[in-house]
Amino acid sequence: MGVKSDYRFRHRHIFGMEQLSEPDIQHVIATARSFREISARSIKKVPTLRGKTIVNLFFEPSTRTRTSFEIAAKRMSADTFNIAASTSSATKGETLVDTARNIEAMSPDIIVVRHSCSGAPQLLARHIAASIINAGDGAHEHPSQGLLDIMTILDHKKELAGLKIAIIGDIAHSRVAVSDIIGFSKLGAKVCVAGPATFIPAAVERLGARVCHAVEDAIDGADVVMALRIQKERQNDPLIPSLREYATYFGVNRRRLEQAKPDVLVMHPGPINRGVELSPDVADGASSVILEQVRNGVAVRMALLYLVMGGEKSDDGQGGV
Amino acid sequence: MTTEMIILQNGRIVDPATGKDGIGDVWIEDGVFIASRPEVPERAFCLDLSGKWVTPGLIDMHVHLREPGHEYKETIETGTSAAAAGGFTAVACMPNTRPVNDNAAVTRFILEKAAGCAARVYPVGAISRESMGEHLAEYGEMKSAGAVALTDDGMPVVDSQLMRRAMEYATSHDLLVMSHAEEMSLSRNGCMNEGPVSTRLGLRGIPAAAESIMVYREIALAELTGARVHISHVSSEPSVALIRQAKLRGVRVTAETAPHYFSLTEEDVGNYNTHAKMNPPLRSERDRQAIRQALADGTLDAIATDHAPHSVLEKDVEFSYAANGIIGLETSLPLALRLVHEGVLSPVQLVDRMSCAPARILGVGGGRIACGEPADLTVVDPDRLFTYSAATGRSKARNTPFDGWQFRGKAVLTIRDGRITHRDL
Ligand SMILES: [Zn+2]
Repeated sequence: MGVKSDYRFRHRHIFGMEQLSEPDIQHVIATARSFREISARSIKKVPTLRGKTIVNLFFEPSTRTRTSFEIAAKRMSADTFNIAASTSSATKGETLVDTARNIEAMSPDIIVVRHSCSGAPQLLARHIAASIINAGDGAHEHPSQGLLDIMTILDHKKELAGLKIAIIGDIAHSRVAVSDIIGFSKLGAKVCVAGPATFIPAAVERLGARVCHAVEDAIDGADVVMALRIQKERQNDPLIPSLREYATYFGVNRRRLEQAKPDVLVMHPGPINRGVELSPDVADGASSVILEQVRNGVAVRMALLYLVMGGEKSDDGQGGV
Repeated sequence: MTTEMIILQNGRIVDPATGKDGIGDVWIEDGVFIASRPEVPERAFCLDLSGKWVTPGLIDMHVHLREPGHEYKETIETGTSAAAAGGFTAVACMPNTRPVNDNAAVTRFILEKAAGCAARVYPVGAISRESMGEHLAEYGEMKSAGAVALTDDGMPVVDSQLMRRAMEYATSHDLLVMSHAEEMSLSRNGCMNEGPVSTRLGLRGIPAAAESIMVYREIALAELTGARVHISHVSSEPSVALIRQAKLRGVRVTAETAPHYFSLTEEDVGNYNTHAKMNPPLRSERDRQAIRQALADGTLDAIATDHAPHSVLEKDVEFSYAANGIIGLETSLPLALRLVHEGVLSPVQLVDRMSCAPARILGVGGGRIACGEPADLTVVDPDRLFTYSAATGRSKARNTPFDGWQFRGKAVLTIRDGRITHRDL
């Protein structure tokens, strides 16, 4: 994978793509590829993390990401616990720091955390000995999603360098967008973002993205088109007048996709609002790699769990890598 | 009858009110400044202050002392003790206590608690009852009890008609109206400046326009009503520009900024450092430069800390849940002295912004070294090197982004009413 032999993955915590270097990203992908092979076996289990305790601490409901991490942990024989915490417990006086201390009593090795507040994983890491993996914090980052997106693109393209990648939708409130923009541009892709101006955050160019005024400009000649989910909850905040108008002017449909490269990949972090950010024919069309993203998600999460544990196999040494 | 006499010798007297800036002696007897005499009496306590500045006592016109109601964060005693340690002889305290200082009884309580404390306390009363922005508070009674100005600080006065009436009614009692300028519909849920850092950290941003829109409203209402209006904690370039233009037109508007706005930027939020969270938020480098320039040209009249003590309970939490504000009394002068060392302010300008201007704006005594007046003064060693440690500070709280900073210059002696309240000579 072009990674130098003296390379070592040195991160105990995964907060975001921002902290990962290009060799780190390549190493995670290479590790994930070797784990992907396990998922294809009839017995999808290796003892790599036997005896390790992994807590899935989710302050926001997320069946998809939580299940993906849980499958990843189970395939590596770790003991997993799901804690569905509520941020409303904060109003009852229990703070995140209190919660962290309670979980510490279980002596977890890794805590996978999802929280509605940006920066919550870093706060947790300051108060707890376990490794922390950010499974999405506020509008900050969702690094495992960024990594699985890169892995999916690399399954189809030789490298990201030189690719034009369009990210369409609610950039301002999307942690996926931040992780994707940072990750894609670290690997040399040209990232264009587009959407209504209410969805474009301040100074997004500083993350490495170019802002296109029109969706057509972003898609024009693109190698990858990533559509982001429109959060229906945001309707209260006057960002767009209606989903119908959004679909008309900013949705990714067959006609708009014709301007992309013929071998364009269509991606989406899911779950899709069909007919809003993606027209159904595009979501299910030949260019769509959306299900591959889901499959790679498990492999990337296995790789992250393995790597934050120091990349060591458990004592019996019969790891799957 | 024995009298107490202090003679401060050979210091550089920096007294903008009298235009004096030169080496000399300052005599204090029985708590007031007196003229020097040919002979030094034997009983006098003499201090040689060569190489140091002797200035009128510094006044911080924007502090939160938290008492009554939040004594676990700060008390009038600990807050004034921190003030004295920072070189201040007087502070104006904001009314957002519990209960709110919106009536004479609370004003009197504060002044009773402040008696015998290390610094003078000037209570600022609420603009509206409970600072709820609905009904006017009793300005006449609060003033009679000792309030020197009015504000609903912590919250803006959302209703423009109420603010107009507040300004009009304040003129009847010749009271200053201080404005926490914030357009809430633009700042709601925001927790830092809107810009590249808020985008990187995924935090909801607050644009500078949330401040400047309200600054413009206050200026327009000041013109309409003729009231004396003061803009608190100015943080951004657009606000500075509006204030500058208003002053040129002759509007009776004054303004203050806080040391963090000329010392830090949004970049200092780093990775969710809640000690860099305040309202208004730390802005861009461009704003910081504009604030420095405005302090130099006098557009911003005063430096005030917005000293806002909080415990770890409010700060060691998710960034978006963390309370706004930092303590500042013990770092204000050292940070302002950096402006002198960097050539932004002259010593005379610094003393004006931190003593004369606050006294003038609030309409209180002090701000000058004049015979017969209470002997409030500060001795500054502009070159003293020290490392600030929040843990050894006098405030109850430690929420500061300046912990561990190395400074050049600090207050080494604070005298209030002729009594030494801080000494580090
Ligand atoms: Zn305020």
